[in-house]
Amino acid sequence: MSFFTEPLAFEFFRRALLAATLVGGLTGLVGVFVVLRRMSYIGHGMSHAVFGGAVVGYVAGINFYVAAGIWGFISALLINQTTRRQQIAADAAIGIVTTASFAVGVAIISRARSITQNFDAALFGNLLAVTETDLLVIAAVFTFTIIVVFFSYKQLLFLTFDPDVAPVYGVRAGWLDSLFALVLAATIIASIRIMGVTLIAASLVIPPVIARLVTDRFAYMLFVSTGLGALLGFFGLFMSYEFDIASGASIVLLSAAAFAAVLAVVLIREWTRTGRLSIGNRSIGSAEREAMLD
Amino acid sequence: MDDIIELRGLAAGYGATPVISGVDFRVQPGEFVGIVGPSGSGKTTLLRTLLGAVRIMGGSAHVDGKVVGRGSRPSVGYVPQLETIDWNFPVTVEEVVLMGRAMDSGIWPWPRKADRRQMMELLERLGIAAFRHTHIRNLSGGQQQRVFLARALIRSPRLLLLDEPTSGVDIKTRDDVLHLLVDLNRDGVTVLLSTHEINAVAAHLPRVLCINHGVIADGPPRDVFTPETLKRTYGGDMVVVHQNGLTLVADTPHIFDLEGRVLEHRHVSEDAAVR
Repeated sequence: MSFFTEPLAFEFFRRALLAATLVGGLTGLVGVFVVLRRMSYIGHGMSHAVFGGAVVGYVAGINFYVAAGIWGFISALLINQTTRRQQIAADAAIGIVTTASFAVGVAIISRARSITQNFDAALFGNLLAVTETDLLVIAAVFTFTIIVVFFSYKQLLFLTFDPDVAPVYGVRAGWLDSLFALVLAATIIASIRIMGVTLIAASLVIPPVIARLVTDRFAYMLFVSTGLGALLGFFGLFMSYEFDIASGASIVLLSAAAFAAVLAVVLIREWTRTGRLSIGNRSIGSAEREAMLD
Repeated sequence: MDDIIELRGLAAGYGATPVISGVDFRVQPGEFVGIVGPSGSGKTTLLRTLLGAVRIMGGSAHVDGKVVGRGSRPSVGYVPQLETIDWNFPVTVEEVVLMGRAMDSGIWPWPRKADRRQMMELLERLGIAAFRHTHIRNLSGGQQQRVFLARALIRSPRLLLLDEPTSGVDIKTRDDVLHLLVDLNRDGVTVLLSTHEINAVAAHLPRVLCINHGVIADGPPRDVFTPETLKRTYGGDMVVVHQNGLTLVADTPHIFDLEGRVLEHRHVSEDAAVR
């Protein structure tokens, strides 16, 4: 029991535990849309872009959230404009804009080695770095995201499932895309202290993929992914303390183990049912229609 | 009676170059029209232009009395090509059908009772009520087509646009889908569909539009499906056969000898009508 009771004696841990649970739930919720809209690479890229802004803000003495927020928003606009002109593919545009932004941060750190230590937390997550302000920001972003998803649920579902047709039925795709980009940027910025720049993408992807393995319904997937993300954040933080490893790394490792376990259960169940090692229609990232082509 | 679709000198497309141009086309309420043409000829572009999803570069387009592309939303149901659907997406039949009411059923995330009741009526009419909680991938091709038809119909549209609704399904399913559309048309819904199935159009539809970046011919299949028109539309020779009231279009045949060697690839330049 000391695995659970010992760290709870510390205030910094209780604060970090709440933050990690909220961040896990938040990334699990937002991640459903990220994964189903094939935006995993954007999530990965945006987290790196935000790092550049965080470093510039630190050097210039600007509040972390303000600097990272403005930088992230500008990066998102640049990606959007580059891809909208259709001269450069979306993944290439993301690669250029976000790695250039990340490189700005690395270049500044290289010039001023004294600040390297402060950015370890931003890169890999550090439960010691969580402040009351961070907790408030995470809670505010989570609340905002829940409100957006709740009141835009039907439109978001339609736009995510059928982005070509949804606007034809009156769904305001441009407005919703911008709103979602804002939610994604806010989620990444709010999660950086716990997850770290390099590991946020995994927390956006793994819970929704596990949720997809266990449900065929979009609404259930939202609940399962959010709950699972929160649980993985909660237990991942205890692991972080117990094994003295970065919080982002422990949460991602626990998530990966959970994914492997659920995948194994699904595969065994399918094998006993059909005699084939398959996850049936529960894959993500493939839109082929074998059934139609039979 | 006012036209439900009225296109005058329409040019539309993506980027700088129009995909279709000089399109003059009118459809009256209650008509059932098929659009045929080769791949890339602008069938989908024409349908999507009517929906306001493609930039109009010249001429004008009116749908259901409203100018297309000025923020108005005419009463149109749209069924996209099923090849564009992500069949692994976690949605059930009822979730897909209720998407058709996404903008008209209030701010709450759950459907209204009236929408749910209308959905059930539609699913029963289309014969897929038993599958309402089924994942969309676990359906046959015909059932999948009906799901997206239901999504379009739940808006109670006056005009139904379908992009290749018979693509990729077997001949029985194709026949079922077309008979279903004929029934809907009899109930007063104007239907406009694009397809590669020339013979299905000839068998089921009273009017056909041949396009290849512009209108080549427009009228009853028996008048439109001539070797000359088809050559102008598709750029190749085809055989047209009229028999027992049916119009049938066939590829130019290869003639084989008993050993299976090609003796002749028959090109037909004139109407090879067989009566």
